[in-house]
Order: sequence, then structure tokens, then C-alpha cells
Amino acid sequence: MEMVQPTTWADALAAKAADPELLPIAGGTDVMVEMNFDRRRPTGLLDLTRVDELRIWSVDSGTVALGAGVTYAEVIADLGQLLPGLAMASRTVGSPQIRNRGTVGGNLGSASPAGDAHPPLLASRAVVEVASVRGSRRIPVHEFFTGVKRSALEPDELIRAVHVPAATGPEQFSKIGTRNAMVIAVTSFALALDPSERRVGTGVGSAAPTPRRALEAEEYLADALETAGCWESREHPATSVVRRFGELVAEAASPIDDVRGTADYRRHALAVMARRTLTWAWDELRDDDQEVAG
Amino acid sequence: MRMSCRVNGETRTADDVWPGESLLYVLRERLGLPGAKNACEQGECGSCTVYLDGVPVCSCLVAAGQAEGREVVTVEGLAEGERLDPVQEAFVTAGAVQCGFCTPGLVVAAHDLLQRDPDPTDADIREALAGNLCRCTGYEKILDAVRLAADLSGRATARADTGPDNSTGSA
Repeated sequence: MEMVQPTTWADALAAKAADPELLPIAGGTDVMVEMNFDRRRPTGLLDLTRVDELRIWSVDSGTVALGAGVTYAEVIADLGQLLPGLAMASRTVGSPQIRNRGTVGGNLGSASPAGDAHPPLLASRAVVEVASVRGSRRIPVHEFFTGVKRSALEPDELIRAVHVPAATGPEQFSKIGTRNAMVIAVTSFALALDPSERRVGTGVGSAAPTPRRALEAEEYLADALETAGCWESREHPATSVVRRFGELVAEAASPIDDVRGTADYRRHALAVMARRTLTWAWDELRDDDQEVAG
Repeated sequence: MRMSCRVNGETRTADDVWPGESLLYVLRERLGLPGAKNACEQGECGSCTVYLDGVPVCSCLVAAGQAEGREVVTVEGLAEGERLDPVQEAFVTAGAVQCGFCTPGLVVAAHDLLQRDPDPTDADIREALAGNLCRCTGYEKILDAVRLAADLSGRATARADTGPDNSTGSA
């Protein structure tokens, strides 16, 4: 087995083109587990930790370009204001040691249905930038996941960055696990409210073959908020609206029974998390208004 | 392959390293540093925690080649000669060691916490140690040890601040 260690993005793409079998490794928090347990013996590893271009983030026209090699610890330290939903989810990843190594790009690359970064990226309508020596392309994150641990990446492509619109309103994240640290989500949910566009974004984790949006729930809630004039009045949506939103989020999932939980439990928990995150987000919206007014 | 990195301040080289093996394996089996422990091999238990370029990581999840040329500090590198680091001293004093297997990882994680935050709250301590498992159920004593280490480090800092070197202005 070989290890290829490019120091520039161009060299990384050339290496992947020359040998598409190379397995990219960043923080190693997924790849090394598979190696240590002999579940995977790639012909070679493509170490991306020395490619400086991947380790930075920048903001342009209200969108954060988050390099694929930015760690969860860095998201938490630097992006809590711009990307509160992603920062919240990042705080629930593994442990300090894991957050120091694990990257959002790696989470996307693994494409696990339980990846903690996925629901907030879906709720924010993020776009994944992938590239190969043939060129680069941008894939909306809801089209990026194609199956359990499968993504739209071609064999010669690498993830360059994920472009995440900065929050224009409250974002929330909720995750069910057996303890606060070191848990793979039983199920998780992210919500983003966009008061300027009057849009609702959602992301459902660990409750379907891929992370997915709850599209009907998004449309229902945006319409209900519009109809009731909640965006202007900032009044809490009616209890019946909040409940229906929860039901629609649960209906968007296609969960299974597995070691972490049952399908029924996951559906129930999703409805609860959807209701709670909506209430928290709406409280936050009202608080923000008061701060502006004060 | 051959790999070199700085370990506890010295340049160390290991030969015949398989690129897929972990930094933990290199440290324990090739460089004679058994302080970091091998338990879960999946980043769950924190027993293998070391500093990599100043940041605590699970060395079982770092591929050997990724550590090439990097700076590694293991639990063996915390003491100065025979003088234990205040965190180590506090673990001994507080009786925070039962079987001892989790101790090296906890010592490194606690050491990192106190470097960043010399006066952590209990919630901060719990959060900082969330990636380290103790199966002897010794968490209360471990929390005592970290609080004590914060006190010891605080006193050491206070001594340094009011020490003769500073008061005479010769430092």
C-alpha cells in the first residue's frame, strides 16, 4: 500500500486522476477505523492534510466557502455566527479529539446517513464543490448523497469545498443519542429559518438511506407562516401548525430498525425534534428583534 | 517506508513503517513509547490521546505517514525529568488512578484543557474529558484531580509571578 501526500490542490487532483483507487484521507476518523479493523484495504491512501488550500474558509457575497479540510473544532471556534446550525452540529461530533481532526469535507466524503454535518448543510441549501483534472462542478448538497455511504463523486473527483449561505435567521440542530459525547446519531434534525426570503430549510439525519430534506414540511411551514402573517407579526405559529410540521418531518423519513433505534422511535423523535427546534428558532427570532429594537 | 517526526522534543525515525498503520502503533511498537494506550482503535476511548502539532488527537486515527515531520508530544513528554507535571502529580494525589489504563489519555486531555483554560468550571472539565473513557468508574476522582491540577498550576503561576526573578527585574 502506498501513501501519496500532495501539498497542492493541483497535485492532489493529478494523483487522483492517475490512480482513482486512491482513498482520500483527512482527519482519519472514518478511514483509520476501517483500516484498524481490517474492513478496508485500499491500494493506497491520498493524504489531503498537507494541501493548504483545503484548510481555509472565506466569505463572499454572503456565502461561506468552507474548505474541505476545515475541522469541526475550527467551525466551532470561527463560524458560530455565520453558520450557527453547522457550528451547533459540529459541537455534537464525537469528542474534542475527534473534532480536532475530523473535517466537514470528510463527513461529506464518507456520506454516512448519520453524518452530523449533513442536516445543517441541507437546511442551509449548501452546495458541494468537487473537482478533477477534467474541471470542477457544483452539486447541491441534497443531490450529493445517492445512497448509504454513496455520493455523486466520480472516481477521479475530490471534494474541494462546501459553499454554505451564511445564516440570515435562526438555525437550530437537535440530535438524539445515548449520551452527549461520542455518539452516532440515532436520528437528528436541522432547521434554518430565512426571514428575508420567508423560506424554511430542513435536514433529516439517520432516518433514511441518505440524509434528506423534508420538502413537504418546508413548504407547509413556509405557507402556514405566510398565511398567518407570522413573519411580520413575529407571533409564534399556532400549536396546530407546529404539530403538523413535526408530522410532516417524520413522514419525510424512511427509517429502519437497527442497533441504535427502531424506525418507530426515529419517526417519533423526528416529530419531537422538529417541534422543539421550530419553537427554539422562533424564540430566537423574537429575541433578535428585541435586541435590534433595544 | 521510513518516517520521521519530532517526538517529545527529539527527532525520531522509524523504518519499515506500513503507511496504513497508526501513529499509535509507531509510538508503541517502533519507538518504545508505550505511554499512549491501545484500546478501542476507533477513537472512542481516548486512551491513545497525544498532542499532534499542539492539538490533542487520538493517535489510533492518525495514519503514520500523516505524522511525518510533525510535532508529537506523548504522556512521556509531560514530566520534566523526575519532576511530574502538575496534572500527573494531581492524579497521584487525588487517587484518580485505578487500573491506570485510561490515565495517560486523561492526563494529556486534562493537560490540554488547563493550558487553554487554567480555571475551568466542572462543565468545562466534563466537556474536555468527554472523549476519554474510564471503565473502573473513577470519574469523580478524575474530576477531583483536574480541579487539584488547576489549583497546583495556579499556585505555580502565582509563585512565578511573585518570584525573586520578577521582583528584582532580572528576568
